[in-house]
Amino acid sequence: MRRALVLVLGGLMSACGQAKAPGPDMGVILAEAPAAKLSAYGLFDDMATAAPAARVEPYDLVNPLFSDHAAKDRFVFVPAGEVADYHDTEVFGFPVGTVLVKTFRFAPDMRVPEEEAYRVETRLLIHKADGWAAYPYVWNAEQTEAEYAPVGARRSIETISPAGEALSIAYAVPNQNQCKTCHQSGRDIQPIGLKARHMNHHGQLDALSAKGVIGPLPVRLPSEPAAFDVSLPVEARARAWLDINCAHCHKADGSASNSGLMLSALETDPVKVGIGKRPVAAGRGAGHLLQIVVPGDPESSILAFRLASVEPGVAMPELGRSVPDPDGLSLVREWIAEMEAR
Amino acid sequence: MKLTRIALAAPLLLAIAACGQSVEQPAGPGIPKLPPPVSTEGDFGSNLQAALIAAKNGDTIVLPEGTFALTDPLSLDVGGVTVRGAGQDKTILDFTNQAGAGEGLLVTSDDVTLMDFAVRNTKGDGIKSKGADRITYRYLTVEWTGEPKETNGAYGVYPVESRDVLVENVTVRGASDAGIYVGQSSNIVVRNSIVEFNVAGIEIENSTGADVYGNIARNNTGGILVFDLPDLPIGAGNSTRIFNNQILANNTRNFAPEGNIVASVPSGTGVIIMANRNVHIFGNTFDNNRSAQVLISAYSLPFTDASYNPLPREIVVRGNTYGAGGNDPQGMLAPLAQAIGGALPPIVWDGVTSWPGAEPQDVNLVIGEAPEVGFLNFGVGAYPLDAAALRPSPERPVALAPPAEPAAIVLPQLR
Repeated sequence: MRRALVLVLGGLMSACGQAKAPGPDMGVILAEAPAAKLSAYGLFDDMATAAPAARVEPYDLVNPLFSDHAAKDRFVFVPAGEVADYHDTEVFGFPVGTVLVKTFRFAPDMRVPEEEAYRVETRLLIHKADGWAAYPYVWNAEQTEAEYAPVGARRSIETISPAGEALSIAYAVPNQNQCKTCHQSGRDIQPIGLKARHMNHHGQLDALSAKGVIGPLPVRLPSEPAAFDVSLPVEARARAWLDINCAHCHKADGSASNSGLMLSALETDPVKVGIGKRPVAAGRGAGHLLQIVVPGDPESSILAFRLASVEPGVAMPELGRSVPDPDGLSLVREWIAEMEAR
Repeated sequence: MKLTRIALAAPLLLAIAACGQSVEQPAGPGIPKLPPPVSTEGDFGSNLQAALIAAKNGDTIVLPEGTFALTDPLSLDVGGVTVRGAGQDKTILDFTNQAGAGEGLLVTSDDVTLMDFAVRNTKGDGIKSKGADRITYRYLTVEWTGEPKETNGAYGVYPVESRDVLVENVTVRGASDAGIYVGQSSNIVVRNSIVEFNVAGIEIENSTGADVYGNIARNNTGGILVFDLPDLPIGAGNSTRIFNNQILANNTRNFAPEGNIVASVPSGTGVIIMANRNVHIFGNTFDNNRSAQVLISAYSLPFTDASYNPLPREIVVRGNTYGAGGNDPQGMLAPLAQAIGGALPPIVWDGVTSWPGAEPQDVNLVIGEAPEVGFLNFGVGAYPLDAAALRPSPERPVALAPPAEPAAIVLPQLR
């Protein structure tokens, strides 16, 4: 009895950021409640530089989600002695105790994103004993610590886009429930990007497998085209872009399931992808247009209309962007334009 | 043992306090009291969202009296929570300056009760609940102020993909789609509510088992709609009863943005049944709906969904009271009415019994009204509409297999 209480006390004290061993702290990671400060997890050796601790492995995606031009640093931590099971089409089977870390940063000029870069937020997805949990953390002005921010935050960001356009962004750090809006999978929360096809480039999967993060790989790995590699076919690139930017909600067990619009690259039914499909529950999001995708006619396609909009209630995706993704939008337009009219 | 526990509890409390967390007072004896309302110190929207995130099963979140301007949408993802205001005209969540996308309040957990507050001028839908079983909407107002306009949000009260849905004593005004919209759900009660100046007052879509009664649907474009649409994850809508409603003067112009299915609703329709099965309309009062009191219609657009049946079938219309109406048909009904002299009787059926690639079907319509209640079958036969092939007839169809009325809906939250 007394011993149990001492353990609880110890847990509480370490949650306060008091003495602990370097490296990821499994007690904090698996605690029922999120830590008040990001540093408490021990995911970073040095908060000021955000240098990752041992076993906190960086990774990236073939096609990242667009988030108001933010640059992102992604890390995956799998507890010592554990490994994620490989899967061909779904998210890898990560063990309990896994932490996915995503830091969003900006710079005054996103053409040179490393110069004078500053971190705005770090989102954690933690595989707890009863499933994944999502926690947002917002960095302080000194860039030395990030605080748990369950209700999210808004930040005014002045920057220059990669294309050289001056931008004033009303950047929204999502609240904890909004994390789930995108990460929903039925009743559960699931990671999005950590699928074989999204990570298969530059030998990354082999490297992560060699480091013991992911288990043995098959000989043949699925892949997707880089969305903006113009040497590749437009349709496959547009579908890959829609996959990573839209399909986390637009899937059978996602937040947008009731629309019937399914935007995974693996979807084969043209109507489900929006071709000739009528809007459902779109309201003014339909913009007086009759179909999601009108082959050969991007101007008449609701899909392009909503990707171009910045108006709440019209703009898609609903969360995570306040300015349009110019490259994604022109890719989708190009795909629709070259589609044979029916 | 008790003493030891207290002694040990003290350092625990200190440790918690050291982390800056709040300490709850132990519950006293007697009747449990409501907790204090959400603080209005600082940013009320953030305080409320924080309370919604921190809530535990069984909690009641109390909203204070007043009008509160919110810029970001709210969401609740904890089961068994009640959100309760001071009254639907006393606690007003005003989203006129909403910057974040989507709805005013989104509920994604089970066994939630929302009561006694109002949501105003959201950019998207008013209150949405998705995958939220056993939800109760009670004594709520959702409205868009000013003249009805197409930039208003689509749905006022919007439960979708849920089981056991209760909507009662709510008021919805100004929705550019449906005031109360229940979609892809089952076991539904919508009762004792007022819907006005919406495009559709109440809409039950792609849903199974709904009782819609005791409502006042007035001054909408269309009063009460029961639809089934193709290409959705949940379809084959059936078994709805619409009874003891007052369906009055639904003559507001159609202000739905084009592209949405309700944009085709003719202004001045009381009830529309489209592509749905086993719908019973009885004991309602219809008055002053200028196009038609009851319109029974097939889905008229092309579709590819092989499991979809675009016909209304097993429909019973009986024992309703009809006042004036049908005197000034609008929208797609205007040219059709013109062909037969300009006015329409209370009950109108498009007469569609087949669709491209399908055999004609016996649709089993029962028009169980007194002989003097007028009926018109446009005799369209099949879509697309061929004006030359119209065979209008006042003769009531004979149902070969009249459908039995579904049993009353029983909801666990009302037991």
